[in-house]
Amino acid sequence: MTVATITDAELAPKDYASDQEVRWCPGCGDYAILKAVQKALAELGARRERTVFVSGIGCAARFPYYLSTYGFHTIHGRAPTIATGIKLANPDLDVWVITGDGDGLSIGGNHMLHVLRRNVDLQIVLFNNEIYGLTKGQYSPTSRRGTRSPSTPQGSIENPVSPCAFALGAGARFVGRAVDTQQADVVALLKRAHAHKGASFVEVFQNCVVFNDGVFDSFTAKTAAPDAQLHLEHGKPLLFGPNKERGLRLKRGTLALEVVPVGDGGLPPHDILVHDETNRALAQLLVGLEPPEFPMALGVLYCAPATSYEADVYAQARAAGLGRDVADLGTLLTRDGTWTVE
Amino acid sequence: MATTTPPRARQSRESVVIRFAGDSGDGMQVTGSRFTVEAALAGNDLTTFPDFPAEIRAPAGTTYGVSAFQIHFGGVDVTTPGDAVDVLVAMNPAALKVDLKDLRLGGTVVVDTGAFTERNLAKAGFPANPIEDGSLAQYQVLTVDITRLTAEAVKDLGLSTREAHRCRNMWALGLMLWMYGRDRQVTTDWLRRKFADRPELAQANVAALNAGHAFGETAEMSEHLVGYTVAKAPVEPGRYRAVSGTEAIAWGLIAGMRAAGLQKMIFAGYPITPASLLLHTLANLKAHGVITFQAEDEIAAIGAVIGAAYAGALGVTSSSGPGMALKTEMLGLAIATELPLVVVNSQRAGPSTGMPTKAEQSDLFQAVHGRNADAPLAVIAPATASDCFEVAIEAVRIATKYMTPVILLSDAYLAHAAEPWRLPDPSALPRFPVHFRTDPAGFHPFLRDPVTLARAWAVPGTSGLEHRIGGLEKDYDTGHISYDPENHARMTRTRAAKIAGIANDIPRQRAALGADHGAVAVVGWGSTYGAIQQAVRDAREDGLDVSHVHLRYLNPFPSNLGDLLKRFDRVLVPEMNTGQLVQLLRAAYLVPAEGLNKVEGKPFKVAELSAAIRASL
Repeated sequence: MTVATITDAELAPKDYASDQEVRWCPGCGDYAILKAVQKALAELGARRERTVFVSGIGCAARFPYYLSTYGFHTIHGRAPTIATGIKLANPDLDVWVITGDGDGLSIGGNHMLHVLRRNVDLQIVLFNNEIYGLTKGQYSPTSRRGTRSPSTPQGSIENPVSPCAFALGAGARFVGRAVDTQQADVVALLKRAHAHKGASFVEVFQNCVVFNDGVFDSFTAKTAAPDAQLHLEHGKPLLFGPNKERGLRLKRGTLALEVVPVGDGGLPPHDILVHDETNRALAQLLVGLEPPEFPMALGVLYCAPATSYEADVYAQARAAGLGRDVADLGTLLTRDGTWTVE
Repeated sequence: MATTTPPRARQSRESVVIRFAGDSGDGMQVTGSRFTVEAALAGNDLTTFPDFPAEIRAPAGTTYGVSAFQIHFGGVDVTTPGDAVDVLVAMNPAALKVDLKDLRLGGTVVVDTGAFTERNLAKAGFPANPIEDGSLAQYQVLTVDITRLTAEAVKDLGLSTREAHRCRNMWALGLMLWMYGRDRQVTTDWLRRKFADRPELAQANVAALNAGHAFGETAEMSEHLVGYTVAKAPVEPGRYRAVSGTEAIAWGLIAGMRAAGLQKMIFAGYPITPASLLLHTLANLKAHGVITFQAEDEIAAIGAVIGAAYAGALGVTSSSGPGMALKTEMLGLAIATELPLVVVNSQRAGPSTGMPTKAEQSDLFQAVHGRNADAPLAVIAPATASDCFEVAIEAVRIATKYMTPVILLSDAYLAHAAEPWRLPDPSALPRFPVHFRTDPAGFHPFLRDPVTLARAWAVPGTSGLEHRIGGLEKDYDTGHISYDPENHARMTRTRAAKIAGIANDIPRQRAALGADHGAVAVVGWGSTYGAIQQAVRDAREDGLDVSHVHLRYLNPFPSNLGDLLKRFDRVLVPEMNTGQLVQLLRAAYLVPAEGLNKVEGKPFKVAELSAAIRASL
C-alpha cells in the first residue's frame, strides 16, 4: 500500500507541488504565494486527498495545477459557487478558493458577497495585484483612480473597491491580509484562516512585475515597510515603526483613528488602542487605513467565528431525517393518498 | 357512494371538461384539486391544468386577477385537459369575461349571481349585466346566488362575513360533485384535517359543501340543472395516485439517485417561474437524500451542482429559458470537465422574460446547440406528467453512465398538469450503479471507458487519485493541459462521439400509435403528446393512415429514427415553437418534414391537430 504510506507520512512543502511546470512570469508574486501555501499545507499536515483547491480564471487561477492536491480550475468569477457545491456534497473536504481582484470582485463579485455572508467553510485567498494580468494589463476593480492601462489611456476614473472592506461589509467572519513576499506572515495568516471554521477571507497584496510593478511599494518596499506596515496581534497595542515608536488611538470627539507618538516624549503605551480581532467596528476602522498618512494594517483584521453554512445545512437536513428514507421509494410515492383499481 | 337517487334521470357523458374560474382569492385551485381527487377515486381517467394569474395579488374582481382550474375527466382514455369547456363555473363577472370564450356553444355556465354586482360588473368591463342582456343566449345558464346560499349555510357558525364568503368555493364544489354523481367524503375528511385547528372553519366548509350538494338534489329544478353519469375509465388494475409533472420529476430524480447507488442529491436552483416548484418540492424531501440550495443566481445554482458532482453527489439544477441562458457557460464547463449533471428546463414563452407562466417548446435549439464551441450534451423530454418520472430516472442514468450534463426539457404546462399515475413497483425499477474510481494504477482523470467513452469519476477524498481538472483543453492521454492542435481535434471528436454513442444505449424509436410506415407520421416531442395522441387516434378511427411518433430522446436521436421517418410519405411535426425539431430532423435525415407551429403560450387543441392531419392527407 504505497499510497497509504505516502499520505500518512509527514509531508514537506515540496510534496504539495504537482509535476506541472509553473508558468507565471519570472518575478511574479504568485511564486511566493505558491511557496507559502505549500509551506502552510505542510505545517498544517494537510492530507492531499482531502484537500481541494478551486479557482476561477486569471493568473492566480492557474494555482491548482501546481499543487498535488485535488484541484478544479473553473470559470471566471465562479469558483465560490463550485466550492460551495463541493462543501455541500462533502463537508469533510478542506476546500480553498484561489481568486484575484478581477475574478473575485468584478465578474465574481456577486458570488463573493454571498459565499461570505453564508459563511461557507472555505479559505478564500484573493491575490490583489490591482490589474488584469492574463488579459494584458487592463485596470481592475481594485485599481486606483488614475491607473493608466490599455483600456484607460487617460487614467482610470473609477473608485477602487477595497477587498477587505468588501469582505467585512458582506458579513465575513474572518478577514486578513498580507504581502506576497513576506512569506512568514502569509503562512501564519493562511494557518489562521484554515483554523477558522466558516468563510475565511485573505487578501494577499501581489506584485505584478509586468503590468503593475511596484504598485504596493509605498508600504512593501524594504525601506518603507517598517513605517508603513502595522502588524496586528490580538490583545496587543496597535504599534508600528522601526522601534514601535508610533501607535494608533481613537481621535477624541470623532469616530476615527489617529497616529500618535509612543514612549520617549510620546504617550504611554496604555493610551494606545489594543487590537481586538472580534471587534467588527475596529476592523472597519483598520481596513480603511492607507499610507502615507497611516500604516497598512496587516494580519488578522477580524475573526469572530459563527456556525458555518454547511454545518447548518446538515443540521437542518439531519433534523428532517436526511437520507433516512433513501431506500424507501414506496413511502415517497404513496404519500398524499392513493387509490386502487381492481 | 353517498349520492342519493337524483330527482330526474341522469344523462350519460363519455367525458366532461369543467373549468372552475374565479378571483385569485376564491380558492379555485383547491376546488379543482378536490374535484380531481373525487373523480379519480370514482375511477375516471383525467387530466388537469391550472391557469393562474401572473400577478400574485391582483386587485379583486379584475380580469387579470382571474384564477382557473380545468379538469377533463371521463370513462375513456383522457389525454388532454380538453379543447373546449363543457361546464364553466364563474364565481364573478371577471371570470365569466375571461373564460367564456373557451366554453363550447351550448355548454353550461354556472354563475354566482351574488357576485354580479354593479361594482364587479364594472371592474370586469361589462357595460350591462351579461346574465340579463341576452349575451349568454348560446349557453345553458344556471344562475345561483351562491354567495347568499353559502352565507345561509354557515350562518350559525359564528364566522365573520369575510370567512363565510370564503366558503363559496366549497358550495360550488358541492354542486358540481352532485352534478356528476361524485362522492364528497374524502373532501369532507380533508377539510377536517386542513382546518384541524379551526374546527368552526372546517364545519363551515363542510356545511357549504353539503349545501351545494343538497341544492342539486332538492332545489326547484332549473331546466339547466341536470345530473350526469360518467363511467369508470377502462384503466389497468393497480395502485394509483394523482401526479403533476413537477412531482414526477422530483420523485424520478430521487429514484434515479437510488438506481445509481448514490446517497445524496444536491439540488440547486434560483427562483424562476415556472421552475421554482421543483425546488419547493425537493426542499421537503431531505429524508430521501436531497439537499437543496437556493443559490444567489442561476450561475451559482449550476456552479454548486457542478461542484457537488465533482465531489461525488448527484448534481441537479433547474430553471426556465432566461435562467438557462445564464447557465450556458457553466454547461460548457461541465462538458469540458465531463461531469454528470441533470438540468431541468421548464420551458416558457420567450424571448427574454416573455410570458413566464405560459408554455412553449422553444428552447430545443438552445438545449441542443446553445453553447459556445462544439459542446454536445444529451437532451431528453417527457411527454406527460407521469412520464416525467421515467424520464428523470433516464436523465440520471445517461448523466452518470456517460459523465455528461443532460438537459431535461419540461415546460410550463407539464410543470403544473396532473393526471392519475399507476405507481411503479419500486423493486422493478432499473439499476445502474455508478463505479467511482479508486484504483490509482494507471489513473488519469480523462481515462475513458472504451465502450461509453465516459471518463473515470474520481472524487476528492480518494487517496492516490489527486488530480486537477478545469475548462482548459486536456491531453487525451494524460489529462494535463494541452494546446496541441491534433489533441484538441481528437478531444472534440471524442466528446461528440461519446454523446452520439448514447444512441446505441436507448430504445429504438417506435410509433406511439399506428404502424411504423404509412401516409403520415405526426412527430412530436414533449407535452404535445396528449393532444397528438388524441388527434391521431381520432384520425385512425376515421380510417386515416396516420401514425404518432413521439420522441423522448432529442440528442442524440434514436439510431433508427431516420429509417422510420423515411417509411412515411409525409412527416408532420407539431411544435409549440416556430419550427425547431422539424429543422433538426430535416438536417439529420434530409426528410421533407413539415412544421405545424403554435406559439400562443397555450397547448395545441386536438381539433387544431386533427385539421392539420386531415389537410395533409
